[in-house]
Amino acid sequence: MELTRRDFCLTGGALIVSFALVPRLLESADSPQLPGSLGRNPYLDSWIRIDAAGKVTVFTGKAELGQGIKTAIAQIAAEELDVAPAAIQLITADTALTVNEGYTAGSHSVQDSGTAVRNAAAQVREILIAAAAKRWHLDASQLRAQQGAVVALDGRSLGYGQLVADESLHVQAQPQSKLKASKDFAWIGKAVQRLDIPAKVTGGAAYVQDMRLPGMVHARVVRPPSFGATLAGVDLSQAESMPGVIKALRDGDFLAVVAKQEFQAVQAMQKLASSATWVENASLPSQAGLPSHLMALPAEDAVVIDQPRESDAAVSPGERSLEATFTRAYQCHASMGPSCAVAQLEGDSMTVWNHSQGVFPNRAALAELLAMPAEKIRGIHSEGAGCYGHNGADDVAADAALIARALPGVPVRVQWMREQEHVWEPFGPAMVSKVRATLDAQGSVTQWRYELWSNTHSTRPGPAASLLPARLLAHPFPPRPARVEITPEGSGDRNSIPLYDFPGKHVIWHFLKDMPLRVSALRSLGAYMNVFSIESFMDELAQAAGIDPVAFRLKHLKDPRAQDVVRLAAQKFGWAAQRAMPRNRGRGFAFARYKNLAAYCAVACEVSVEHESGTIRLVRAVAAVDSGEIVNPDGVRNQTEGGILQSISWTLYEAVKFNDRRIISTDWSTYPILRFASIPDSVEVHLIPRPGEAFLGAGEAAQGPAAAALANAAADALGFRLRDIPFTPDRVRAALNHSA
Amino acid sequence: MSLRLNVNGREHAVAADPRTPLLYVLRNDLELNAAKYGCGLGQCGACTVVIDGVAVFSCITPIRLLEGRRITTLEGLGTAEKPGHLQQAFIELQAAQCGYCIAGMMMRAHALLTMNSNPSHAEIRTALQPNLCRCGTHMRIVAAVKRAGELLRGATAK
Repeated sequence: MELTRRDFCLTGGALIVSFALVPRLLESADSPQLPGSLGRNPYLDSWIRIDAAGKVTVFTGKAELGQGIKTAIAQIAAEELDVAPAAIQLITADTALTVNEGYTAGSHSVQDSGTAVRNAAAQVREILIAAAAKRWHLDASQLRAQQGAVVALDGRSLGYGQLVADESLHVQAQPQSKLKASKDFAWIGKAVQRLDIPAKVTGGAAYVQDMRLPGMVHARVVRPPSFGATLAGVDLSQAESMPGVIKALRDGDFLAVVAKQEFQAVQAMQKLASSATWVENASLPSQAGLPSHLMALPAEDAVVIDQPRESDAAVSPGERSLEATFTRAYQCHASMGPSCAVAQLEGDSMTVWNHSQGVFPNRAALAELLAMPAEKIRGIHSEGAGCYGHNGADDVAADAALIARALPGVPVRVQWMREQEHVWEPFGPAMVSKVRATLDAQGSVTQWRYELWSNTHSTRPGPAASLLPARLLAHPFPPRPARVEITPEGSGDRNSIPLYDFPGKHVIWHFLKDMPLRVSALRSLGAYMNVFSIESFMDELAQAAGIDPVAFRLKHLKDPRAQDVVRLAAQKFGWAAQRAMPRNRGRGFAFARYKNLAAYCAVACEVSVEHESGTIRLVRAVAAVDSGEIVNPDGVRNQTEGGILQSISWTLYEAVKFNDRRIISTDWSTYPILRFASIPDSVEVHLIPRPGEAFLGAGEAAQGPAAAALANAAADALGFRLRDIPFTPDRVRAALNHSA
Repeated sequence: MSLRLNVNGREHAVAADPRTPLLYVLRNDLELNAAKYGCGLGQCGACTVVIDGVAVFSCITPIRLLEGRRITTLEGLGTAEKPGHLQQAFIELQAAQCGYCIAGMMMRAHALLTMNSNPSHAEIRTALQPNLCRCGTHMRIVAAVKRAGELLRGATAK
């Protein structure tokens, strides 16, 4: 069978593909107009292939993180190709098979990969139709695609498999595609059930943790007790003499054990840890004084926006200014499954299976770490537990690769222990924000000044130094200095510019280069804290102006789609009807458009407060979301519901605790998160369909609005405002005592 | 050293240190994927299985305690092709995101439904309290357990 110029064969259900990577020059300015990620690789067969039997394989450089992206991408391809989503084989991020789409992050998967797959699928369909037209000597306009075949008006039909054999898909995509109209959709916009859920609810192999390669051995690492601790001495022989132990390794401060059975590795790890002596430094700031410590660190100031008020800058009569400061603790990704990877060195080639959000960038980091050519390393995304950003996934891949290098030929599975995951993952950065705004006599905001203090929100690979084990080696890769960069999507400054129509807007990021604790991307980056701050302060301004909070937002919003989600959330919540709240109850509202360019999300909620214990509980939440053209409404709902509950957990409970040397939040008892006893009575998500509009990433849109709506509802119930995340019972009680 | 374990109605001879937590034996010796390592501390419930009708943290239960006991894992409730009532309900309500916690949730729900096939929302929350979910799928999980009870009662009424 000749499918494309590349070798492509199916053997026993396993897909084996080899092809030379497209030269980088094709990714350059030659094809700037291609939609979505097509610009990263314009060849249609990099995205879609069809074998002689008509089986469709779709390739995406994005990864399933539990957000449902496999199903959404399959729906999109199915739509334009006229096949069923379940009939599509989907290959996700794999450095040997898929296009390099960078990280699966920032709610970009449907926007970028989905758009690429959609356009590629539409162009493939037209190529197949053209092939049939040529074969039948008919005009293409008389033909249509239907259920994996091209059919003519007279009923003649040719399966895709019969057509692709004489029409190569190894052609470059065109900037324009003949996309289906929304009214004709069979799959996009449908609540198709997730393709991965049946295996996950029946014990099917679904995760990297479930991999069992022939001859596979189990490894565990021993980490230092604290950041910057150095190993003074260790006795490898004690661990090596234990039953089943194959090897104990030391390279500088990097320690690991390998055993035949997993529990043997765990026991040997404990023995190795107890034989190690470490020298620790008291290098961490005081937790209680963290906000002032951050504000006192040397900062590089970056202007996010400087939009002077056009009219006379002088304050007009009747204007008044308000000011407030907000803080946020370091927070954990806290994946349910500790990070895990499998690696195997075969000859001069290393294969690493792990749950990295970016197998391509991580391959570059591993290549530098191992001093191997990148093309000799294959990174294969294999699902882990939900990560919600940059957790230990890349680090554990490095652990596995370092250990596998010491055991040539042997597949090595490494899983972190719970304590290692909590202590060594890069945290969501602690932040401080300070906002000052001016209200005129009509209750309109005229000036807005916002400052934030924060580290970078991405220390992802690329460089080997981004990998935790690389810093522990005898010849370490020291961390590279972080650089501040102001981009449309933002980092720590994400969503720091209010979408509201304020005449004067001034936003500064006091960028902190020093990282007291290791940090990186946590779902929504700075948007969570910035939206919390902005939307909390909007309520303070509304109150000062004597205007209803929803009306106050609408008064300052020009974007009609923003107005629509605000109105819908308010209406479905019953905002206008429910003025008076029962005692110890409060209601709150918040809105943001994620990154100011992705999905719109408004949240209204009700909370209850228990004064004696200082406990706040979300009673109910109502969200409205506009994510443009909706691929899978149930997927958007599931992500939004989850985003709300996760954000509530962050906001009510979560702070990484530390003393002057160590992280002391080491497990679920020292880092509590939301449990079932505290979940709301109901969460509703209402979607605004936008047929024909672009896809807008929705996976992180709820994080900021949910936190701010909760804060506003808590303020309504308490009669005073909580400005420091998390709103723990201790803090609430202290504030109650202070106010009483 | 060999122990006999009854898992999902089948007897298995297991050659492992009797101190080994059941979780590692299920996952590695018996190659059952459902029970997950989450914390190894009995704090998160990802490893939950049912032993003689009671939901148990398999990560802190050594196998030496388990000879002669009936161990049920999620694999014992059905397959992707022939899902049991709980599995059917979780698929129907799409009650998973990453899904890592779900097997443990379902086993705790299984123990609840065996005792009480018509639990209230409050009873479901109380039963699931030991289990953590990080994706925030809680609302769907509660609804799915409620739905599984309906399916179960429907089946037994016939």
